[in-house]
Amino acid sequence: MRSTLGRVRGMGSARDGTHHFFAQRLTAIALVPLTLWFVYSAVGLIGQDNGAVHEWASHQINACGLIALVIATFHHAQLGLQTVIEDYVHREGTKFIVLIGTKLVCAAFAIAGIVAVIKLAFGG
Amino acid sequence: MSTPTRPLSPHLQIYKPQLTSVLSITHRATGVALSAGAIFLVIWLAAAAAGPARYAQVNAFLGSWFGMLLLIGWTWALFFHLCNGIRHLAWDVGWGFELPQLHASGWAVVAGSVALTVIAWAAGLLAMGG
Repeated sequence: MRSTLGRVRGMGSARDGTHHFFAQRLTAIALVPLTLWFVYSAVGLIGQDNGAVHEWASHQINACGLIALVIATFHHAQLGLQTVIEDYVHREGTKFIVLIGTKLVCAAFAIAGIVAVIKLAFGG
Repeated sequence: MSTPTRPLSPHLQIYKPQLTSVLSITHRATGVALSAGAIFLVIWLAAAAAGPARYAQVNAFLGSWFGMLLLIGWTWALFFHLCNGIRHLAWDVGWGFELPQLHASGWAVVAGSVALTVIAWAAGLLAMGG
């Protein structure tokens, strides 16, 4: 019985080497239509008041799109930032703390974004 | 873990900047910048959810010269990362690795990201004026 870390330290495979790669691509594919839709929608909301944003976000399809955008964006951001951190932060302890911190901050903002969309959609 | 006396392979400053390497580091830089943009997206959503007063505050900031500068920067960063990301996805399925194709797709990303930024802002300014 060996842990996944133990297997990797012994030059073996942890058997999830492609997970990061695949998740980054999957979120990237999702973000292509989502970001284009969001930029198009945001341009339409320029100069409009708060009521118009509520009205727009209270349409079910727009609320779904916003929540999907927030989840895919922060998941993709976390995966990308992880790659950057792993490349540039070389001290093991610092790297560990920064990686965990990035994950928690991304999760926190994703949750805050989702709650804001729900409040927008149902808040009237 | 590291042994400081080992010889190191030549790093960035040794190499002449080329389209391929410049676009690669730009992809990374725009990705980091867009992570900050994502946080602003949540601030914008939360302000809109909080009501007219908060929303007006955030809008006033966005309308300032600094806010506009950030928005223009994020718009271009988003379109660059989007276009170059599609280029990456094409590479993932094995397309476009020959040098002529690399340069063509690279310049297409540069031109496409600038064009999309101009189109989005032209539409936005028209919406503001009308």
